[in-house]
Amino acid sequence: MPQLSLPEYEGVTPGNLGCPGCGANLAMRYLLKGLGKRVILSIPACCWAVIPGYFPNTALKPPVIYTAFETTGASIAGLRAALDIRGISDMTIVGFAGDGGTADIGLQSLSGAAERGTDAIYVMYDNEAYMNTGIQRSSSTPRKAWTTTTPGGKCGLWKREAKKNMMQIMIAHRIPYAASVSVGYPEDFIQKVQQAKREKGLRFIHALSPCPPGWRHDSSKTIEIAKLAVETHIFPLFEVRHGRYSITEKGKGLPVEEYLRRQGRFSHLTNEDIEEIQEIVDRNWEILKKTARVMVEEIY
Amino acid sequence: MKKVLSGNHAAAYAVRFSRAQVIPIYPITPQTCIVEQLSRFVANDVFDARIIDVESEHSAMAACISASVVGARTFTATSSQGLSLMHELLIWASGARLPIVMAEVSRAMAPPWNVWTDHLDVIAERDTGWIQLFCENNQEVFDTIIMLYKLCEMEEVMLPAMAIMDAFILSHTLEPVSMPDQQLVDAFLPSYAPDIAIQQEIPMVYGSVVKPDQYMEFRYKIDQAMRSAAKKIPEIEEDFKRRFGRSYGGLVEGYRCEDADVILIANGSAVSTARYVVNSLRDQGKKVGVCKIRAFRPFPANNLVELIGNAAAVGVLDRSYSFGHGGAIFSELRGAAYGRTGSPKIKDYISGLGGRDITPEVLKKIFEDLLVGSKKDTEIAWVGLVGEPLIKNIGGDE
Repeated sequence: MPQLSLPEYEGVTPGNLGCPGCGANLAMRYLLKGLGKRVILSIPACCWAVIPGYFPNTALKPPVIYTAFETTGASIAGLRAALDIRGISDMTIVGFAGDGGTADIGLQSLSGAAERGTDAIYVMYDNEAYMNTGIQRSSSTPRKAWTTTTPGGKCGLWKREAKKNMMQIMIAHRIPYAASVSVGYPEDFIQKVQQAKREKGLRFIHALSPCPPGWRHDSSKTIEIAKLAVETHIFPLFEVRHGRYSITEKGKGLPVEEYLRRQGRFSHLTNEDIEEIQEIVDRNWEILKKTARVMVEEIY
Repeated sequence: MKKVLSGNHAAAYAVRFSRAQVIPIYPITPQTCIVEQLSRFVANDVFDARIIDVESEHSAMAACISASVVGARTFTATSSQGLSLMHELLIWASGARLPIVMAEVSRAMAPPWNVWTDHLDVIAERDTGWIQLFCENNQEVFDTIIMLYKLCEMEEVMLPAMAIMDAFILSHTLEPVSMPDQQLVDAFLPSYAPDIAIQQEIPMVYGSVVKPDQYMEFRYKIDQAMRSAAKKIPEIEEDFKRRFGRSYGGLVEGYRCEDADVILIANGSAVSTARYVVNSLRDQGKKVGVCKIRAFRPFPANNLVELIGNAAAVGVLDRSYSFGHGGAIFSELRGAAYGRTGSPKIKDYISGLGGRDITPEVLKKIFEDLLVGSKKDTEIAWVGLVGEPLIKNIGGDE
């Protein structure tokens, strides 16, 4: 018998409404493989409010409560309080929200949930724009990317600002566990989900989830691009347990061009643009490595 | 047992007697004393509930919604800007058919900043699918909250509700409030055990996407539930009266309306003042009455039309205004009365906005205005504007 490296359990059924090559679909699948049964999902407005399908069908095996766009943090708090008072302690509560629902409109309620130590896992599946509404810029869209609201045009107005650093925002809340994962690394993804499950309090998982229609790449390239994001150090995989940093995938440090040139949303980039991005990525990688060298103990 | 309590503390005691289980809280004047009192109850171990110190009223209602889906009895309290911030989730709560009960201390909206009573905050939420009951005094606040849990959790209702009290006039004024034995409340209001609550064994999706071929039916069912609530409110009150000896007239209550030539329609704390004025005018031989609107949603159209059927003139005291049109109770009453034979002339009196006192003298002038009858066909008057006649008619043939 060949040994599977991933749990066999499937919490997502085939035949859902996800686009071909959807990274977010894989993110949910790996999440549920890592958590197993006894899960309640809270999902705000996002692609995953549509992917499970129309009433009365669902492609998700756990129970799901849909919640308003900006309320995931508050929803998981309400779920936990109600389960507590009803004496149910063996359910894992998961907020599963996109980058807009997390880094923009939902940041307040997430911050509240983190500050209060709400006992739940919060997954931000990051496709780097408002993809469910059709590729509008979010604060998690990377610098210089095309979206329908950063269309370039005659004035060259692509996204001007840096991607919001959600990992650092969440780490600053001194939560017990924060981890970045990529759908290109399922074993790492699932191990981190399982680690998150072992912790108490608010745990945060930042899941890079390529979006073929939004990133303008072929649906067969999702995994390749999800891997290149890590190999180029654009999206490093690391975790912070009680303040202790670990970089879990060192990556080869490939040129960022390898990642950028495979996506239509970056097709307008000049060589100077790419050099500028390379400098920023190198600097951020150095900062992360230095931080990881210093933050070697569990301090809270 | 009687306690001397503010409206806010009466609300907090009612929540404790109702054994609410999950209470997300956020402060806002003049509601804050409710959530402070509930926090003290829990801190002193006399009340077993989970308080969640959320970071906004929006999150308070969101947390109520998710907790209610799990089958917990939930409560929160708010006022004014806080209620408006909740707007999106008020519609969510009724759409999800959750029996959340909330105390709402009616307060003016900014700008300009004003923390005193005014009904615009409540009226602006009339289309959210919430049952809205106005309270006249602190005992009614206490009793209404307990009755609302009973009502909202009925299978044929399953809607959220707000018990509304006027800022400061009730929220911060001390009155004697009768407290029943806990066992009697428990007998009246058993613990919440919904048929459908989130569980692992039968995974369900709560609030998924429906297409145009299904959406209308969900809305229709909310209206059916609201209509059931209109029937159940008087029934529950009858039951409550048998057990506790108090009642408040169901949806509407007429006071000396039977033979009245002139009836004033009011809600909230102004009703008490109006009762006093009616008594003194009756002593002078004037046939006047007051009709208290307890339920604004469901709107008691038929009860109201029946009550005012024999009057020559009806005044409506509106503590809010829909700009460009008129007061909300006035508009709805006139709509209800339209086309009924012999329906009286109805005039709107906009009064007491932003906490301006509605004194007996003011109400006396309104009754006199109604008794005299206007030669001109004015339908709306602003009452007590500085530098204007006490009753300033607008619109009509002015």
